Amino acid sequence: MLSIKNLEAGINGKMILKGINLEIKAGEIHAIMGPNGSGKSTLAAVLAGRDFIEISGGTVTYMGNDLLQMAPEDRSKEGIFLGFQYPVEIPGVSMVNFIKTAVNEHRKHRGLAPLSASDFLKLMQEKKELVEIDSKLANRSVNEGFSGGEKKKNEIFQMAMLEPKLAILDETDSGLDIDALRIVANGVNRLRKPDNASIVITHYQRLLDYIIPDVVHVLYDGRIVKTAGKELALELEEKGYDWIKQELYNHN
Amino acid sequence: MEREQDNIINDITSGEYKYGFYTDIETEKIPKGLNEDTIRLISEKKGEPEWLLEFRLKSFRHWLTMKMPGWAHLKIPEIDFQDIIYYAAPKQEPAPESLDDIDPELKKTFDKLGIPLEEQKRLTGVVAVDAVMDSVSVKTTFKETLAELGIIFCSFSEAVREYPDLVKRYMGTVVPYTDNFFAALNSAVFSDGSFCYIPKGVRCPMELSTYFRINAANTGQFERTLLVADEESYVSYLEGCTAPMRDENQLHAAIVEIIAEKNASVKYSTVQNWYPGDREGRGGIFNFVTKRGICRGDNSKISWTQVETGSAITWKYPSCILRGDNSTGEFYSVAVTNNHQQADTGTKMIHIGKNTKSTIVSKGISAGHGQNSYRGLVKVLKNASNSRNFSQCDSLLLGDKCGAHTFPYLEVDNQTAIVEHEATTSKIGEDQIFYCNQRGISTEDAIGLIVNGYAREVLNKLPMEFAVEAQKLLQISLEGSVG
Repeated sequence: MLSIKNLEAGINGKMILKGINLEIKAGEIHAIMGPNGSGKSTLAAVLAGRDFIEISGGTVTYMGNDLLQMAPEDRSKEGIFLGFQYPVEIPGVSMVNFIKTAVNEHRKHRGLAPLSASDFLKLMQEKKELVEIDSKLANRSVNEGFSGGEKKKNEIFQMAMLEPKLAILDETDSGLDIDALRIVANGVNRLRKPDNASIVITHYQRLLDYIIPDVVHVLYDGRIVKTAGKELALELEEKGYDWIKQELYNHN
Repeated sequence: MEREQDNIINDITSGEYKYGFYTDIETEKIPKGLNEDTIRLISEKKGEPEWLLEFRLKSFRHWLTMKMPGWAHLKIPEIDFQDIIYYAAPKQEPAPESLDDIDPELKKTFDKLGIPLEEQKRLTGVVAVDAVMDSVSVKTTFKETLAELGIIFCSFSEAVREYPDLVKRYMGTVVPYTDNFFAALNSAVFSDGSFCYIPKGVRCPMELSTYFRINAANTGQFERTLLVADEESYVSYLEGCTAPMRDENQLHAAIVEIIAEKNASVKYSTVQNWYPGDREGRGGIFNFVTKRGICRGDNSKISWTQVETGSAITWKYPSCILRGDNSTGEFYSVAVTNNHQQADTGTKMIHIGKNTKSTIVSKGISAGHGQNSYRGLVKVLKNASNSRNFSQCDSLLLGDKCGAHTFPYLEVDNQTAIVEHEATTSKIGEDQIFYCNQRGISTEDAIGLIVNGYAREVLNKLPMEFAVEAQKLLQISLEGSVG
């Protein structure tokens, strides 16, 4: 589904990703962990198409297409979803209007007619229950005045509405209490299908108690330095990141 | 990415102003220039009574002593007032009795503008329309239906003929001819416009609307609207306007006067879409308008809502004189300046009566090289105890070549008054646009969504069907202006 080869990228001339290699197949959940500043969010931003990131090398192939050539909105319509670490507020734009516009853009892309008002409301009702989101949130402006937890739940709600093929969740667990964490994780698990995949970016192991990854990668200083099964997350939790640095150091 | 956005900008801004067509129709024009003979000629063409001619001449003589105001935050090229045609009318003889007598070209023009001259029900409700082209009213619909309720809705010229006492009693009482340079000019040369009178206790059952169209070249448009809401009455009124695309500027200087008697309520909405000029700032309408309402009676209310997307220059301050006790004034405004457009607009709220209340919500949007100023006065007089004002002035910037300015003036002479002012300036964030992009929404649609969200508080005040139109208009005026 997604194949990243030797990806190099940076911001303002500063190299941040220094040769990333990653293969993700349909049905898999990959966790990307790593200390602050290792390049996790930059990787997510590259995949979503943020234009201030300069790509200096490598390729990204998504479903057989050159992802780096696609506009951000086309990536979305082709099934890439980014759950933002810091969801953006859009004052005056109701959540209903926003997600309806998005859903209908996706449908248009697939050659489908826009959803009727009643079908749309039905769909929304169903997905709201999935993420246990308060009904009132849908009538408020996009993320405006939402608590940290509400914002993150709202990301999962949008993901549920758009049914992506590849979901990238950027530190979705940060700032969540344990109940919100459970709800968010539940949402992700229930949306899991054999033909879609997820990249879960996190600093802490605790999210991975709820979302069980198939593969765990450790990103450090712009490179994936370790890849293993879900037990790696536990090891990191126990020992911190220092032993990886140490291991790397010894290796060199 | 950046190049792509530039392309979008090019596509959109080189797109034609939708209403920029010209109707080839035989037009009667008087020669260019302005002097007492011009004014006599206009008055004669309109078959006016002596008292009105006197009013015009008095206004003209006063205008000659005045200078163009220079205090606005606007760069106004010199206007040669002798180079303008002050009267132009589509030729129609004799005056059309029924719709069938109206020149088909004229009918087609208004059809194209989406203004039905037939009395047809629209899906969202019934709207009575007075259609004005250049210096004359072409047709007023639903006159008979309204007359059954005692409502007078007709062209200003007709009002002068049919209801001279009403016109005499109210005209110039809210905006005297001495008020300002453009008000004096209008009082001297005004051509047509609408007149509306809602009798005591009547709630007007449909939206009243005037559609102004400039068609002829080298002409100025000087219309006058007079709206009187007698005691316990209610009316919602809407005006719209468009003009052909031309390389030279055209002058529009109008007057609107509103009188609200005891317990009366007037809602006045404007969707202003005069030709704004091209991308380089060539052409476009100079829009110098004096709009003012007086809440004469206790518990009366006047509410202004304006969506200003057109004109090369806009100079306009719809105001309320709150004379009656417990009277209410409101001003809700969205003003867009794109490319080289300039706007200096706002309101004046004059609190005279006790317990008077005013609300000002102004949303400026600047893009391209546009310059957008809010200018507002809140004045509380000595006897206006317990009066309240709340002002909110927001500015939204798209791009880095435009400007937003706020000039609030407060004059409070009563200790018990409460006056609040809030102001914000923001830019459409790349983050907001990217967030939309990531959900599959294109940059153009994202800007439309964000701008409409920003202006929602004001758009919500518009009558339903116009709100939808205004939303589209906002999007069209701004699409692709972030690069």
